[in-house]
Amino acid sequence: MTLTAIIFAGILTYFTRMTMIALISRDMLGDKIKAVLEYVPSAVFPAIIFPGIFINDFGTFIEMNDPKIFGALVAVLVGYFSKNIIATISAGLVSYWFLIFVVFS
Amino acid sequence: MLTKKQLFTRGMLDISPHMLSVIPFGIICGAIGVELGFDPYLVYAMSIIIFGGASQIVFLQLLSGGASSLVAVASVGIINSRHLLYGAVLSEYLEKLSFIKKLLISYVVVDQGFAESNKFFKKNRNEEFLHYHLIGTGCTMWVCWQIATLSGIVLGSFVPEELGLKFAIPLTFIAIVVQDLKKLDHVIVMITCGLSSLLFFDAPFKSYIIISPIIALFVAALLLRLKK
Repeated sequence: MTLTAIIFAGILTYFTRMTMIALISRDMLGDKIKAVLEYVPSAVFPAIIFPGIFINDFGTFIEMNDPKIFGALVAVLVGYFSKNIIATISAGLVSYWFLIFVVFS
Repeated sequence: MLTKKQLFTRGMLDISPHMLSVIPFGIICGAIGVELGFDPYLVYAMSIIIFGGASQIVFLQLLSGGASSLVAVASVGIINSRHLLYGAVLSEYLEKLSFIKKLLISYVVVDQGFAESNKFFKKNRNEEFLHYHLIGTGCTMWVCWQIATLSGIVLGSFVPEELGLKFAIPLTFIAIVVQDLKKLDHVIVMITCGLSSLLFFDAPFKSYIIISPIIALFVAALLLRLKK
């Protein structure tokens, strides 16, 4: 029962991955659409970033003094200047831990 | 001209820093599935059959919360529909591949792999075997995801919950888009998407994850028109 649902979910997910790559040829997309598609990373990833910061596990908004906001700001600054992925993630996590374990503990 | 092996390795190297957030997240995903009371084999089967981070957790949480299979399956489809956008971007670079190769390569298209390979593709358009970079990012992700979810299933949540390691996921995506903050048009598109995702967070089937990119791309189209 659950396995059947997993298989359907898997097929559906595979189709989301495959459809545009295998079934659409580049000529079908005009220059205007290509230009808009340049923005895909900027248009998609904030939908993962913002809720990951501003919404907690219970689906409600966090307080404005939540350590995650500080951690995210540190990550943005470090990422912007270092251009380094590991530095960005570590800086965000460490500053978040600093607040929850040292400052607010 | 880089060889296939060099491109594959480059892909592996380009995505590997993201494993810092992917591996803890995978462990958490595996552990949550077992904690929710699902058969460990089923929880693991998802990592192969669905192979889609957050959608796997949502699927199990919905089912254990009493939602119908239909709702759970639909939610996974909607959460993962963002791959359609990745595919549309990547299709330009994968055009020359045979249909079978396109079918195979599609299986390993993931968020971070798309992001890193797309950055690489833009700078190296003329490479003949570009797709090996995407295979490199995708396979690295696949192997790490299997190992991480499997360890979460077998060992339980040995990552202490107090560490709040789920927070590493937004951080990994910050690392992906942060250089685009230099461009005002991209900043506007990002803020549009981010605010929309908060506004529509309670929309059914987790559809905020595709509604906000559509709104943001619409704004991008408007910005392009203004630029002319």
